[in-house]
Amino acid sequence: MSTVVSLEKYIHNDLVRRVEELSGQDLLACYQCGECSAGCPAAFAMDLLPSQVIRLLQLGQVEEVLNSATIWFCAACQTCYARCPKGVDLSRIMEALRELAMERDGDTLKHTEIPKEELEAFPQQAIIAGFRKYTL
Amino acid sequence: MKISYFPGCTLNTKGKGFDRSVREAMAALGVELVELPDWNCCGASFPLLVDNVLDLVGPARVLINTAARDNKLTTACTTCYNVLKRTNRVLREDENIRERLNYFVEADYQGQVEVSDILQLIRDEVGFEKVKEAVKKPLNGLRVASYYGCMVLRPPREVAYDDPENPHALDDLMAALGAEPVRWGAKAECCGNYLVARKPEVAMEMSYRVLSSASRAGAEVIVANCPLCQFNLDRWQRDLTLTHGGFEPIPVLYFTQLLAIALGLDPGGYELEKHYVDPRPLLESKGLI
Ligand code: SF4
Ligand code: SF4
Repeated sequence: MSTVVSLEKYIHNDLVRRVEELSGQDLLACYQCGECSAGCPAAFAMDLLPSQVIRLLQLGQVEEVLNSATIWFCAACQTCYARCPKGVDLSRIMEALRELAMERDGDTLKHTEIPKEELEAFPQQAIIAGFRKYTL
Repeated sequence: MKISYFPGCTLNTKGKGFDRSVREAMAALGVELVELPDWNCCGASFPLLVDNVLDLVGPARVLINTAARDNKLTTACTTCYNVLKRTNRVLREDENIRERLNYFVEADYQGQVEVSDILQLIRDEVGFEKVKEAVKKPLNGLRVASYYGCMVLRPPREVAYDDPENPHALDDLMAALGAEPVRWGAKAECCGNYLVARKPEVAMEMSYRVLSSASRAGAEVIVANCPLCQFNLDRWQRDLTLTHGGFEPIPVLYFTQLLAIALGLDPGGYELEKHYVDPRPLLESKGLI
């Protein structure tokens, strides 16, 4: 009898599969070159770099990624996707992770939390896009 | 030339000065913008989950609405451009989504409308040579940093009509108006986008990186093509003078405001007074207003 560790169960677990389904991305396509992290304009604010997010997902560590601040700092600028030599669309992976985090913890933006003077100053698109990204 | 025009929510409200400069400049260049009747919001961000078909309904309606009267649509808000262009591509290429959407909104749209950004329209349909001939008030000596942001460049295969890593259409237009486009590194960096709604301090820092790059290159003014870029770059400069030593405020205009001024139009309706960093002293010192 062999004692094979089931990659399917521990590493390619249900949550990882959901990230793949929601984002439409093949997580194993990433070969960790770091191009995405090097060019990410929001990396200075992130606790996990974009390439580290993918690495953790490859290892099945979805919870750790969902608990990181990184997913809320991704501005969907698409720089990572534009430059990834493997064609990985990280902005879609970030969106999938926001979705899963909000399914677990609820919305992360309330209009009552935005100061009134800012709400009045914001261009309409900031409010619409903000609520699209930070609420379910 | 006549073409359907989609102003979008922001140009209809906070970005009225942008909208007016677009309409007047295009009229002066011989392009009649016909506002799409009964238009609706595009959604302000392209949905990135593969099964989020519902968020494609808004932009799809705009395209279907256009198809009933025209096969071309232009918009000056580059976020609208990005969302409409990407949605149209999905409707062209993804049979499954196309069928579901058409069924849902009771239409028969195949993706036939051509979506263009107003700068692309000026370059390809009017031509910068013709713009140059139409200039009445050259922007002589004005050192301009042309800012492209994300929306007309990325994802390159889906939306770019320019070199995505080193775009130059806006620099070329500014040169045609008699300005001096500066060479700078942050022309295609992100301003912070919607982060401003939840994490303004991060958007602020992202904008600071763009602003300081323009200043280091010797720019006197930045021109933008998106109301959210304009806001993010413009809004926090007073705070930045307090948090970033040596930071000097720099006005942020819409490129069409400078275009219209160079074409000799009266900027009275362009809401220059509503910009956070007042651009008027600079424009006055250059004899442009
Ligand atoms: S650029 Fe692509 S391949 Fe390289 S680390 Fe990022 S996701 Fe992986
Ligand atoms: S899309 Fe997100 S992760 Fe990718 S470069 Fe932009 S901010 Fe960074």
